[in-house]
Amino acid sequence: MSEYLFLVPTLPLAGFLINGLLLGRLSRPVVSFVACASVGLSFILSLLLFFELKGLPADARIVEQVLFPWISVGSFHVNIGFLLDPLSAVMILVVSGVGFLIHVYSTGYMHHDPCFGRYFSYLNLFTFAMLVLVLADNYLFMFVGWEGVGLCSYLLIGFWFEKQSASDAGKKAFIVNRIGDFGFLIGMFMIFWHVGSLEFRTVMQTAPQVFIAGGAVITAACVLLFIGAVGKSAQIPLYVWLPDAMEGPTPVSALIHAATMVTAGVYMIARSNVLYMLAPDALMIVAIVGGVTALYAATIGLAQNDIKRVLAYSTVSQLGYMFLACGVAAFTAGIFHLMTHAFFKALLFLGAGSVIHAMSNEQDMQRMGGLRKYVPVTYATMLIATLAISGIPGFSGFFSKDEILWKSFSSQHGHPILWVIGFVTAGLTAFYMFRLIYLTFHGRERMDDHVREHLRESPRSMTVPLVVLAVLSVIGGFVGMPHLFGVANYFEHWLHPVMAGAPQEAASHAMAAAGGDTGMEIVLMLASVALVIAAVFLARRVYSQMPQVATRLREKLPGLHRLLVNKYYVDEIYSAAVVRPVVNGSKFLWRVVDVLLIDGIINGLAVVYADISELLRTGQTGRVRTYATVFVAGVAAIVALMLFG
Amino acid sequence: MNLDTIIFAISAVVAIFGAVMMIGQRNPVASVLYLIVSLVAQAVLYVQLGALFLGAVLIIVYAGAILVLFLFVIMLLNLRGTEDLGEGSPPISRFTKFLLSALMVVEFGFVVWSGVFPEAGKTGIDAPAGGFGSVKEVAELIFLKYLYPFELTSILLLVAIVGAVVMAGRSVIVRSSESEAPASREEAAEEARG
Amino acid sequence: MVTIPAFLIVAVMLFGIGAIGVLISRNIIILFMCVELMLNAANLTLIAFSRALNIPDGHVIVFLVLTVAAAEAAVGLAMVITIFRNRETINIDRFNMMKW
Repeated sequence: MSEYLFLVPTLPLAGFLINGLLLGRLSRPVVSFVACASVGLSFILSLLLFFELKGLPADARIVEQVLFPWISVGSFHVNIGFLLDPLSAVMILVVSGVGFLIHVYSTGYMHHDPCFGRYFSYLNLFTFAMLVLVLADNYLFMFVGWEGVGLCSYLLIGFWFEKQSASDAGKKAFIVNRIGDFGFLIGMFMIFWHVGSLEFRTVMQTAPQVFIAGGAVITAACVLLFIGAVGKSAQIPLYVWLPDAMEGPTPVSALIHAATMVTAGVYMIARSNVLYMLAPDALMIVAIVGGVTALYAATIGLAQNDIKRVLAYSTVSQLGYMFLACGVAAFTAGIFHLMTHAFFKALLFLGAGSVIHAMSNEQDMQRMGGLRKYVPVTYATMLIATLAISGIPGFSGFFSKDEILWKSFSSQHGHPILWVIGFVTAGLTAFYMFRLIYLTFHGRERMDDHVREHLRESPRSMTVPLVVLAVLSVIGGFVGMPHLFGVANYFEHWLHPVMAGAPQEAASHAMAAAGGDTGMEIVLMLASVALVIAAVFLARRVYSQMPQVATRLREKLPGLHRLLVNKYYVDEIYSAAVVRPVVNGSKFLWRVVDVLLIDGIINGLAVVYADISELLRTGQTGRVRTYATVFVAGVAAIVALMLFG
Repeated sequence: MNLDTIIFAISAVVAIFGAVMMIGQRNPVASVLYLIVSLVAQAVLYVQLGALFLGAVLIIVYAGAILVLFLFVIMLLNLRGTEDLGEGSPPISRFTKFLLSALMVVEFGFVVWSGVFPEAGKTGIDAPAGGFGSVKEVAELIFLKYLYPFELTSILLLVAIVGAVVMAGRSVIVRSSESEAPASREEAAEEARG
Repeated sequence: MVTIPAFLIVAVMLFGIGAIGVLISRNIIILFMCVELMLNAANLTLIAFSRALNIPDGHVIVFLVLTVAAAEAAVGLAMVITIFRNRETINIDRFNMMKW
């Protein structure tokens, strides 16, 4: 079975080729079938590969398949190869599984769209690129997938490109990503320069010998790699593209900006954990950026009125959590949260899509309200997802977030302040998510009658994936339960061989199992649960029962409210400080340097030549005697040369 | 000072004298006649060098046919003198031309001066080995060794004849009605149009 | 004894005179005749060397040169006739249309 590893990414590629090349010639059922089947088969194959991997002994769980050498120049060798180990197995399951559900959902959501075929071919292409990214066995091939998902992000965000804001958002996403990619590339160069290879296994094995632990080189390389992750996974300061990316169709937001593409940065750092363990300063930077981003984005999410915007900032915030986890060397916790987040965030986006679909494309929550009796399935599933993201015990989000919070406090690389940041953010998260629920599904109905007449539950193709994701949001956490509940943490054991910090984690677990820090862990857990439940009730109070509190608060603190609604004016700051100088610089280069200088030189040269020829032309007098004279002169000159030269 | 030297001296002087006089004449007929004189002197020089056949050919073909052809053309075109040719060239260009030509001659002189030649003598009618330059020898060379070029020159002559006839003969047929040929191309075009 | 270089000097001088004549004269006919003079100077050189090196092939070359000179004179004079018919002048400076 393991020789079919390469099929996992190439099946969606085949789907892309079929749907893309036969664009407009296939009927909608065929297009849907091809697209969904390719991803579905990929998922089944991933599942089979997962079980095969599970059958292997724990320290030999590696399957490598090299298709062919790609670059072979001097001592620089890069292969097209795939690496299946516990980490990538988790990733392909998440990508193909959630991807499959979203494909099915899209067949219902995009039913009325004229560009049905184009959408699914892009979606398949994205799935292919993402699977390449997580399955690649070397940095360069991973970068191919990295760029591929960036490209598909651009294509899909700007899917309705006739709309100016959509095409602008697509461009913004791609360009901001590129800034991060620059850092990624330099980091990759540094790694290659010192190690001599870009293959993961080689790099991770030889890195401890090649780099000085804590030295400037490895720290710089890790920070540069992290810059790439900042761009792709929307952390400060390169997060600005994610909220704008909501211009794309909602399933796109679910797939790309919740479950898969934005998590590529987290995956990349987890994959490079050996390198990061050699550079504690870089880890600290990662943790700080992650934590600050989580808090910052949560505050913006409090004041947004567009349902998708709230979810976008929530994604940025949750990604901050994942980076916080990686930054305190709890890579397993980060990946765990990646998985559970994929489930409930995809569910939230798809649910929002269902709401928007039912509301005849209305996205402003201020015009919603009381929807729960019109769209019960959507309501139920979204409620489950909200409970998960808020960290209510029993749901998947609780386990993953709690582990992050505990590790940020207790890890060698952690710090209590980081815990405080995470703690406050958890409260804010619960608050604004339940604000969303109450504004949308409870309270007074604020929509106009025309919309209300069309309100009905979404078709089965949309609601079934919602239900599946809801189930996963509930049970998905049980594979990673902390030790103090007396059950083994299967997730951590699964990822154990991949993580360099493993001996350290084992030590801390041994300590915890001995009962030393268990008490602290329980206290912190109870504290965060208490905060979250309080936040839920506060939201209920404000938005469901006494909406005038919100209005009065807004009047009392207009400056703060405006700041939050306008996202701290970051986009405007970037526009003035970065975009406009660059555009003006380009204009200068164009008008002065290119047109005046360079064109002037080239055209001037041509004019010079024309003038010289005009001068030389006058030598052609047409008079035979003149020519004969020159003839004789030439003969005299040549003979003179021969005689005396 | 034997006969060879005297003959050579006289022939050389006459040849050069004829050439010089040829250039500056008013009347073109006089130029042709001076050239003929120079050519006869050159034929004597040929004979002194042992080229008996070619000396005779020079007189017969060159002086007797080609230059007579020149005379025919001069008479045909009814050329009087050089008065009707208009203004001359400015003296500076004449001087330059003289200078350049003189320079060239001097340089050739250098070449000859610095050359190495086989032992002196070897002039005079009786000096060459038997048959050198005779009709028999030249004929053998032409018809055996250099047959191919010889035949080609006959074709060349044919082409020249045809070309000359075509070029010189055409206008007579076309402009039989005109008494005088038009003065310039523009006038001819006007006549064709009008 | 007359040596070969003497003949060569005579040929060189004839060549030079012919060159001067080509550059100076405005009459086309005179020009042609000067060209023929230059050809003859070359012939003389060939004969002289043929005698000096005792190679009779030089005579054949002169023979062919004479033939070519005859053909060239015929064609050239035909052209002169044609030009004279069109232009009513034989001043070579008037025929200068192949210029810029």
